[in-house]
Amino acid sequence: MAVPRSRVDEIRNCITLTEYGVRNVHTTDFPGNYPGYDDTWSQKRFEKNFRINIINMDDSTVEFDMIGIDCAIANAFRRILLAEVPTMAVEKVFIYNNTSIVQDEILAHRLGLIPIKADPRLFEYRNSGDEEGTEIDTIQLQLKVKCTRNPKATKESSDPRELYVNHMVYSKHIKWIPIGNQADHFGEAVIGPVHEDILIAQLRPGQELDIVMHCVKGIGKDHAKFSPVATASYRLLPEITFLEPIEGELAEKLKKCFSPGVIAIDVLEGKKLARVANARLDTCTREVLRNEELKHKVKIGRVRDHFIFSVESTGILPAAVLVSEAIKVMMSKCQRFLNELDLAQME
Amino acid sequence: HFTKLLFYTNSMATEGVSRKPILEMVQAESADESCVTYVMHDEDHTLGNSLCYMIMKNPEVEFCGYSITHSSESKINFRIQTKGGLPAIEPFRRGLTELNDLCQHVLNTFEMSVKAYEQQSFEDMV
Repeated sequence: MAVPRSRVDEIRNCITLTEYGVRNVHTTDFPGNYPGYDDTWSQKRFEKNFRINIINMDDSTVEFDMIGIDCAIANAFRRILLAEVPTMAVEKVFIYNNTSIVQDEILAHRLGLIPIKADPRLFEYRNSGDEEGTEIDTIQLQLKVKCTRNPKATKESSDPRELYVNHMVYSKHIKWIPIGNQADHFGEAVIGPVHEDILIAQLRPGQELDIVMHCVKGIGKDHAKFSPVATASYRLLPEITFLEPIEGELAEKLKKCFSPGVIAIDVLEGKKLARVANARLDTCTREVLRNEELKHKVKIGRVRDHFIFSVESTGILPAAVLVSEAIKVMMSKCQRFLNELDLAQME
Repeated sequence: HFTKLLFYTNSMATEGVSRKPILEMVQAESADESCVTYVMHDEDHTLGNSLCYMIMKNPEVEFCGYSITHSSESKINFRIQTKGGLPAIEPFRRGLTELNDLCQHVLNTFEMSVKAYEQQSFEDMV
């Protein structure tokens, strides 16, 4: 039985949300699956259809649309952002003195999670077994704080901020100790925590911290502290289609089924008519399908190849740079195996 | 009844030190070179799924799929079967090349969009 072309296109291009399930989830546009379609990979066709629109961008976040790509590859970029774009993070903690109530191991863990502002592209990975580190693979940081009584405090005061000096240890207390020629090399771009107000520990008079840290280059796959992003996610563009005009009170009901701003109501010659104003705002709720009157008049789905990416950096590198780096990591993966094949062929 | 035919090694490792393999090729004893399982070390769904998609886009390929051997092992088994006795290495290499070219185009497009956006916001400010 011949299936109409429009139906096939719908299966290929749209993920459909139905009352009891989600249809056409998987990519099926492979050669041989659909007679009359040329699904062979073509770089030219890809380049013709592929688009990126940046919705908004600043140093910490970027939101962009990636259109005309398969989810396997879009998902690879997302996965690389989370787990394979390298950053510098505290890996070794040398505790010379810790008389605070925070145990050494807890303190070391907390220090590890502090984002360190240093361009990982300027560093190398430390070789396994290397305990010392050199200027090309290590950043040395120091945290040396001692809490004392404030001699100027008034007698009747009970406020710790007035009574003590240095009773709150913040990330701003961490100081960079350049190794070798790092001071000249990085000069202006001072290395240290991204945020200065991360509370590390609280002290009382007489307690002190004397710590040296080694930061190394690593990836999120090894430990989450190396992940360069706070979040990196995508969603598919929602698509709402009316199978017939929705008018009058039903239009009002329809509007209430979706998030604010998704459905607009036009008044034409005293008659209310529903219109999709901005499908992008839709959260893909299936509320509309619970309404007996509406469920046969509306079709909701998502566009298979329209990805709305949202990337939030931890502040080490601008979010847009992270995306570029992720794509480069993907390319280096391909290159790694291509080189391997070339080498094997020569042998 | 499988034999490991090729043993590729990490070219980056220094001479003399025991090298960690990054790619191996496994073939059933009776099968020809059109049915091959590649063992890709230190890879997961990130490359597995993308490369599988690219190779399945090749009309000369009968089957392509991958599996992660075990969650404690960082390697994938990547299977390719071709039509008409074509050596599996050809779609494998082509898939990698095409994936690389695709990424290059994505990168160029992204960086152009970033520049255009920065230019636009700069003009809006002025």
